[in-house]
Amino acid sequence: MSDSVTTAGAGVDLQLINVTKRFGDFTAVDDLTLTIPQGSFFALLGPSGCGKTTTLRMVAGLEEPTDGTIKLGAEDITWAKPYRRPVNTVFQSYALFPHLDIFENVAFGLRRRGQKDVKKQVDDILELVELGGLARRKPPQLSGGQQQRVALARALINRPKVLLLDEPLGALDLKLRRQMQLELKRIQLEVGITFVHVTHDQEEAMTMADTIAVMNVGRVEQMGAPTDLYENPSTTFAANFLGQSNFFNGRVMQRGTDAQVQVGDRTLRMDGSRIHSAGDDVHLGVRPEKLRIAFGADAEMPTGFNRLEGVVTDASFIGVSTQYLVRVPWGQEVIVFEQNTNRDSRVDNGAPVTIAWDPLHAFALDASQDVAAGADLDDEAAPAAVAQ
Amino acid sequence: MSGGALLAESLAEKAPQSLKTTGPGRRKLTPYLLLLPGLLWLAVFFVAPTISLAQNSLQQGNLIDGFQFTFHIANYTAALSSYWPQFLRSFVYAGLATIFCIMIGYPLAYTIAFRAGRWKNAMLVLVIAPFFTSFLIRTLAWQTILADNSIVVSIMRSLHITNLLAVVGLTQSTRVLNTPLAVVAGLTYNFLPFMTLPLYAALDRMDPRLIEAGQDLYCSPWTAFRKITWPLSLPGVVAGTLLTFIPAAGDYINSRLLGVPNQAMIGEVIDLKYFSELDYPTASALSFTLLIAILILVSLYVRRAGTEELV
Repeated sequence: MSDSVTTAGAGVDLQLINVTKRFGDFTAVDDLTLTIPQGSFFALLGPSGCGKTTTLRMVAGLEEPTDGTIKLGAEDITWAKPYRRPVNTVFQSYALFPHLDIFENVAFGLRRRGQKDVKKQVDDILELVELGGLARRKPPQLSGGQQQRVALARALINRPKVLLLDEPLGALDLKLRRQMQLELKRIQLEVGITFVHVTHDQEEAMTMADTIAVMNVGRVEQMGAPTDLYENPSTTFAANFLGQSNFFNGRVMQRGTDAQVQVGDRTLRMDGSRIHSAGDDVHLGVRPEKLRIAFGADAEMPTGFNRLEGVVTDASFIGVSTQYLVRVPWGQEVIVFEQNTNRDSRVDNGAPVTIAWDPLHAFALDASQDVAAGADLDDEAAPAAVAQ
Repeated sequence: MSGGALLAESLAEKAPQSLKTTGPGRRKLTPYLLLLPGLLWLAVFFVAPTISLAQNSLQQGNLIDGFQFTFHIANYTAALSSYWPQFLRSFVYAGLATIFCIMIGYPLAYTIAFRAGRWKNAMLVLVIAPFFTSFLIRTLAWQTILADNSIVVSIMRSLHITNLLAVVGLTQSTRVLNTPLAVVAGLTYNFLPFMTLPLYAALDRMDPRLIEAGQDLYCSPWTAFRKITWPLSLPGVVAGTLLTFIPAAGDYINSRLLGVPNQAMIGEVIDLKYFSELDYPTASALSFTLLIAILILVSLYVRRAGTEELV
């Protein structure tokens, strides 16, 4: 355990090298290699059972890896006991000590290490999480959101090198969750500690994290900044788990900056750097909100856009946007989200329309993958539109 | 709508009205009505006998000439001056048995609550299993277990444990049966389930993640036990202690079957006074003293455990 209170020392990155964890025959984490830079807000995103929580528990020391190495800076912590690691956890159910009041819950780690000045430190951190007046309450007397802050304060006060958050907002209602997302981000920026955040909620991950690793069956599918992952997914699982996509079965005719993909009898243009497939058979993907929609088969669209004509089969108004299902020439139904900025009453069921998108917004994935992978795993993510 | 339905409706409308005046009053009475059977039971079988006991303890006389209530306080002074060693012995034996019950019962309850997995229910049944045999038979069995030629005792002899314990007066140098250790062993055995079950209930309620949280916050396993598991199991410890200590202090079967008459517990003396010597006033005075002494000890203990600084 380090005595240094500051975490500013450079180069204390968290590294997982070829980490594997098996429970009997079941492989929870499969040869995982990750580097989490110091000071970053890192999210492990994936459906339940993808190994993200097991990964977190191995970093915390609550689970021992079957194979591999975990390093914090230059120090190998693979086999260090949990109470000897400069790592603290915010547990999913908070795990606050019910027999201690809020002050003593937060002071717990400091007292175990025999630190002086406990009162001032606890008061300061309770101020940071805006719980100043509740120090002498017992945990069951607090609301879920308040308990969540106590759990955060109890971990943060120890100034860990890495703070682990296991689905920290899972038990909160939607409104409170949104509020806490912003608050967690603020606190992370304020204290500058590395946060490793495990969640199955893609919105939560995208709101808070600088880097997201999308996990599936014990492996990292794709890693990157939220915008990169969303705009340019490299697997169907990543594409479906983060938002929705329309996929067209196609064949790459030409690569390079002005790449061409043949779908049905159409040739669609795209940016060749977004073709994540060595083979020529691809799923061409476009996000529903990238599609523009206009009335009439010959509607005016910006030049250079890919165009498809179709017929509206369903239109549902969902507040900020309207969601259309459009049947394109080869019979597939395409999802289109349009902002409710103007009212075009002609775009209704059965109306002939044109849809179009900027070639820069398309991506192409290896056609050998399951086009529906990751689509139904999250309760909150609606299933993506899938080619037949 | 048929006539019958109309009638039913009009009745349904009337019924609440006729109840309206008595409704709220009844609702207030309900908890007391629910308590009534228990209160009656307590009044007839506890309060009345206790008053009668207190009265008897201040009487004078004998069975042939009859007993008179003379407010004879001397019953108490005489009883206490003659039998204080038996009182003391009862509390020491019961205290020792309680401590041994915690030492055996706590690890057992902990294992069942946290480590037993699918064997949990089977193990709980095993804890209760001795109750399928009579208390008397179980205690008699210990005469065999602790007999001079038994395996247990010969092992203790060859390891010089009997010699060692003889120094503090718990055993004789070659015997275990008819020594204080035998009585304490019998008490421990007979009251162990009363300790184990409340401990199990308290530990089973505990979220095992609290221990992980403790380890995450720099607790070694031992510190985590001291700072988290133990304080959270205290309600079970208190309940188990009371359920063990109180009946053990008044027990007379174990000391009679496993001990010797000149090292009797107070329960044996009361039994003797009531049923052999027919000296009801002295027996009542002893019973009442035991009752008061246990009440004082228990209230001191509960107050201590209740306000103990848990941090």
